[in-house]
Amino acid sequence: MDLSYTPEQQAFRAEVRAWLEAHVPAEPLEHFDATREGFEAHREWERTLKSGDWGMVTWPKEYGGRGLDLIEWLIFEEEYYRAGAPGRVNQNGIFLLGPTLIEFGTPEQKQRFLPPMASGEEIWAQAWSEPQAGSDLAGVRATAVRDGDDYVLNGHKIWSSRAVFADWAFGLFREPESERHKGMSLIFFPLDAPGVTVNAIRKINGHVGFAEIFLEDVRVPAFNRLGDEGQGWHICMATAGFERGLMLRSPARYQVAAAALAGLWQDHKQDADPVLEADVVRAFMNADAYALSIYQTASRLMAGAKIGPEASTNKIFWSELDIHLHQTALSILGPKAELVAPPGEHDWLDDYIFALAGPIYAGSNEIQRNIIAERMLGLPR
Amino acid sequence: MDFTLSDEQQMFAETARTLLGDTCTPDHWRKMVERGDNTDPERWAAIVENGFTLVLLSEEAGGMGLGELDFALIAEEAGYVALPEPLIESAGVAAPMLAALAPDHALLADPEATIAVAHPLNPLVADADRAAAILLERDGHAFLARTDQVRLTPVETIDPLRRLFRVEWDAANAEDLGLADWDLALDRAALFAAAQGLGLAQRAVDMAVEYAKERQQFGKPIGSYQAVKHHLASAQVAIEFARPVVRAAAAEIGHRDVQARSRVSHAKIAALEAADKATRASIQVHGAMGYSWEVDAHLFLKRTLALTQSWGPPAFHRARIAGRLFTQPAGPDQTFARETHAAAATREIVHA
Repeated sequence: MDLSYTPEQQAFRAEVRAWLEAHVPAEPLEHFDATREGFEAHREWERTLKSGDWGMVTWPKEYGGRGLDLIEWLIFEEEYYRAGAPGRVNQNGIFLLGPTLIEFGTPEQKQRFLPPMASGEEIWAQAWSEPQAGSDLAGVRATAVRDGDDYVLNGHKIWSSRAVFADWAFGLFREPESERHKGMSLIFFPLDAPGVTVNAIRKINGHVGFAEIFLEDVRVPAFNRLGDEGQGWHICMATAGFERGLMLRSPARYQVAAAALAGLWQDHKQDADPVLEADVVRAFMNADAYALSIYQTASRLMAGAKIGPEASTNKIFWSELDIHLHQTALSILGPKAELVAPPGEHDWLDDYIFALAGPIYAGSNEIQRNIIAERMLGLPR
Repeated sequence: MDFTLSDEQQMFAETARTLLGDTCTPDHWRKMVERGDNTDPERWAAIVENGFTLVLLSEEAGGMGLGELDFALIAEEAGYVALPEPLIESAGVAAPMLAALAPDHALLADPEATIAVAHPLNPLVADADRAAAILLERDGHAFLARTDQVRLTPVETIDPLRRLFRVEWDAANAEDLGLADWDLALDRAALFAAAQGLGLAQRAVDMAVEYAKERQQFGKPIGSYQAVKHHLASAQVAIEFARPVVRAAAAEIGHRDVQARSRVSHAKIAALEAADKATRASIQVHGAMGYSWEVDAHLFLKRTLALTQSWGPPAFHRARIAGRLFTQPAGPDQTFARETHAAAATREIVHA
């Protein structure tokens, strides 16, 4: 155990910090889920990141990454959030599909899909859920029928993040008549392909952050299938494990918010209920505990361990701490909590509304608790 | 940056787990309670033989010269079995304090002897009756007295295997060891209480899991119901996010700065909250059985209650964390930061 950074790690932090200070836009960008302009401004930011080679830091160098180890990734993320850099519009691609492609894709697929993902030319949406298949993802009904060198896709996907403005989507499709975990394949399709209809769904904050997608005889080359036919569930679980375990939510995100909350408290404590200080301290503790836990996981993985069902504890912890933190901020703001923040000011209300989604997406917290109980503790199904 | 335990540390923890697991079962406690004992001489001899009382003593003082992280791993295992003997306070707090003040003290040469410690934060002293001597505080000095040099009044407590005493004493009848580091004693005690909390919590979850797999209602094991699963999953989440804090606090305690103290306090709050959550969930999952004297869940609940309020109650530790949060930079690049010189200098002036 050595909880200090090496000189190389410190130098790396300084390098990241200097680049971000020079490049992060002075004015915050409009949210990528709010408007097409906001979305395109974030695509431009992805290009800027790529120009400095900071787009996909954990990807191997041969695919446009920096091949950073997990501790360096944490340092990068800490600096990224500290600098207040824009959100990653292509996070479905960079953090979910990208690593999966690198693990399961053919050389030709990597060549075709990774560079435009890295440059922001192709922004990805996920298309996991269907109206009848949410937490029970193995209930997917959308079909892929092989026709020569193509697949013909049919079905109805929903709750697809980024799909309103994105270029491509990846999702699970099954062989007709197949059931449950068998017969599913992970297939990519362009969101502007003939037969694809995307209907925006407004979130509770008014943004068109997700969509439903109707596929009617959408023809894609079999080249767009990741892994073997019928291997989709296996690949999908590998992706989900990584998502819950490590990369979906950086600890830095909550540490920045906890530090801002401490500032908010200092500014408002004259007028606020004194008991709230305990919650401000609690929010700091939670963010710190999450960071320490991820450092511990990163160290273990670097020492050769594999991520296991304990990944499900992460998702529960960060989603619950996020809500508590922002609820505390609203309590401090008191009667001002319901006011929409003027542009440029810290929008505690919007962040609170965003936090409410945390226990739902990437596998609801109820499902995560089942996973912990069954696979970590060994309780019967 | 490396947040892993060494192979030696893992082996050491494994040794402690096996030894304590074999010699300190619920059956052992029950016999001790029936006898009115708080010490099992055979078990204590085995603990001493394995060197667990010597971990934190320097090699010059006849010890192993290991660190707080090594001892915290033992404390975790002691919590897992709700160890009755005062290994943690004696070998983790009192003996290192005595060794720092009087490295050649005769008491240190007897590894079987336990030393109790009367810290100004605690109104009562644990396990004073069986101690060879007690460390007492006056004006920052540490005084050492044998139990026959002080007046001990037992105070009834809820944890039958952790006895508490009111101690009356006269400095004229005690050995003045000079100015002592009572803050370090507190940090160690709070850290090791936190480590025990992790063990208490995990034991409570493990017991409940075993019971929930066996106990049938409506034709199925109760552990197959989500309401039961979610109680235990939530307790496990609390444990998972307390453990790295305890480990980091143990690794950083030697820095003695505001961040290190804050992390110890965080560890104490988080680990004992996890233990509170887990022990109460365990009683709930055991149902009416859980409320009976016969099922062991209550022993862990009672130890949790005792450790939560001793060595600084939660409000004390929360104030120390607030002291770090509101005087030092916070944010994602500050997780492992050390106290800035300006703040340290201010503190020195205040103390002087």
